Amino acid sequence: MTQHGPLADDGLVQLLTPGGERVEHPEYSPRAAALDGAALRAMYRDMVLVRAFDAEATSLQRQGELGLWAQCLGQEAAQIGSAHALAAQDFVFPSYREHGVLLSRGMDMSRVLRLFRGVDHGGWDPAEYNTHLYTLVIGSHALHATGYAMGVQRDGLVGTGDPARDTAVVAYFGDGATSQGDTNEALVFAAVNNAPVVFFCQNNQWAISEPTTHQARVALADRGPGFGIPSVRVDGNDVIASYAVTAEALERARSGGGPTFIEAFTYRMGAHTTSDDPTKYRSSAEEEYWRQRDPIDRLRTYLENAGELDASHEAEIQAQATELSERVRRETKALGRPETASMFEHVYASENQLVAEEKAWFTEFEDSFLPAGGAR
Amino acid sequence: MSHVERLTLAKAINTGLRRALETDPKVVLMGEDIGQLGGVFRVTEGLQKDFGAERVVDSPLAESGIVGTAIGMALRGYRPVCEIQFDGFVFPAFDQITTQLAKMHYRSSGTLTVPVVIRIPYGGGIGAVEHHSESPEALFAHTAGLRVVSPSSPQDAYTMIQAAVASPDPVIFLEPKGRYWEKGDVDLESGPDAGAIAGLGLARTLRNGTDVTIAAYGPTVGTALKAAETAAGEGTSVEVIDLRSVSPLDFATVIASVRRTGRLVVVHEAPTYFGAGAELAARVTEECFYSLESPVLRVGGFHTPYPVAKLEHDYLPSLDRVLDAVDRALAY
Repeated sequence: MTQHGPLADDGLVQLLTPGGERVEHPEYSPRAAALDGAALRAMYRDMVLVRAFDAEATSLQRQGELGLWAQCLGQEAAQIGSAHALAAQDFVFPSYREHGVLLSRGMDMSRVLRLFRGVDHGGWDPAEYNTHLYTLVIGSHALHATGYAMGVQRDGLVGTGDPARDTAVVAYFGDGATSQGDTNEALVFAAVNNAPVVFFCQNNQWAISEPTTHQARVALADRGPGFGIPSVRVDGNDVIASYAVTAEALERARSGGGPTFIEAFTYRMGAHTTSDDPTKYRSSAEEEYWRQRDPIDRLRTYLENAGELDASHEAEIQAQATELSERVRRETKALGRPETASMFEHVYASENQLVAEEKAWFTEFEDSFLPAGGAR
Repeated sequence: MSHVERLTLAKAINTGLRRALETDPKVVLMGEDIGQLGGVFRVTEGLQKDFGAERVVDSPLAESGIVGTAIGMALRGYRPVCEIQFDGFVFPAFDQITTQLAKMHYRSSGTLTVPVVIRIPYGGGIGAVEHHSESPEALFAHTAGLRVVSPSSPQDAYTMIQAAVASPDPVIFLEPKGRYWEKGDVDLESGPDAGAIAGLGLARTLRNGTDVTIAAYGPTVGTALKAAETAAGEGTSVEVIDLRSVSPLDFATVIASVRRTGRLVVVHEAPTYFGAGAELAARVTEECFYSLESPVLRVGGFHTPYPVAKLEHDYLPSLDRVLDAVDRALAY
């Protein structure tokens, strides 16, 4: 089910075919040369783990333990390939489906579910993982990433030549976000400031029910050049190519070469969220087409054929996946209701008399009720 | 120690911004035409020349972009001060301000602070074309997480802009553009000490009186003081409170005054409907019902779009309309 016309899957950088064969690309193969068997196994491990995590979270939602879940099923290669190109000091601004990116950044994945369980609007300290909180309003964070990158420039951490200091910022967003004004403004600000930011657009073909043809008449990557931003289309189900194009873009950013726009052509194999029903708007033939291009199968085939993944590796990774799923389930179910009064906390960083008064009033109101099961 | 100079309100903000730029290397000014031109009202005049284009930034013409990138810079540890050129141009940034900026500290459970100041020349009376005379403060005051303040004098403009920059919370800093060229004494040694930051949400009683309280802020404070002067000539003693902050509103100061005078008139240029005056009226009714000798009255804009310049002085709260409200409060 290849789409025809300007949004077809042509011009994609690919280093690993859907059949699991390595192919050469004159510009990007050298970028992937450093990926030895261990590095690729680490990517494979992250992909398997995040898929297990994703399935566990979906189950938790179906069992009433989460209010909502947004699956990243099918997008593991784009997310994990790009994330493996990041340096520790690089800073990530994710959308809300970047579970694979978070996992590769070393996130305690139970924290990701706090938002979806309704116990937290965030879930982690961004400074701990150099990863901002999820942003739910589409495209807003592209500007935050750009401004953050402008701060990095002012910190003098671009083009120092020191790989441990030079810093880049990545904004992850989807095809729908490319229609937002904020995303386009971010491209303007990034371009004129030559900001060290990479715009990583996962074109997963669907913005809830709207296909990418409702967002654009050209390939999304073609947006970049109009802003003066180099852009590249990559096979987003190819973890090696996703790594390679991101590595190049990050190097450009860190060295002072400015922003890059990456369109990772991938597919949202699951629903938009657990509240969505894709059978209303897309065909099973389309889903089957993409199932044949599963990003994890592709890498597994390659690694097995290359003798880099044997049964003991596979068993070890599966054991880690099971451990992660079980831990996430256990920790999530243990997350209780926050204290009611906590809703008044952190509205302001400084004293605020209005919030203080309302909190005091509400506390008194709650205390006015008799405790359950007896007199006070 | 004090060093007093006579400055216009615009120059007082300029001097306060200069001091903030000198004091804190993380302060960055961003906005349209604020660099070489010094802003369309010249509030940032000379600052780019002295602090460079990295710290006084001529931004692309995109308000959401200005505020959105300011949020990102704040997350990196900077203290951006954005200029929105005119009140009516803030709405492209409304989403970034209310959805992102206001909520960042809350949604991060306090781990993130975004000390962004958004300066907006606001209000009418200058004969401008449409979208250049509006008073959008209620829209921001309705959003938790934002502070909304407005100075009425050069001295307050000087200290409040510094306090706003030093504030850990985002501040909507509304500058009464119709008063930009009014002069007043400014103590240049007054700075953003801890008291000034805490005081950012406090009202100030500018004139003591016993019969009626007038509460105003920003451009209408001058009108309120004139009304008090005129009323005094007619034997009415009017107390004037400069609210200075719309969020939070300093209810305590207003309520203490109304307990003594029994009458309150609230004056602002913004439409009275769902405005700061409505909130004050509700609070005063709740807190000192038995002290009231008359209902709380509001004088402000009408529920119309801001009218054409030839009619704006009939839309704005004039001296006559304020005095009429004082009379009605007394006659009740």
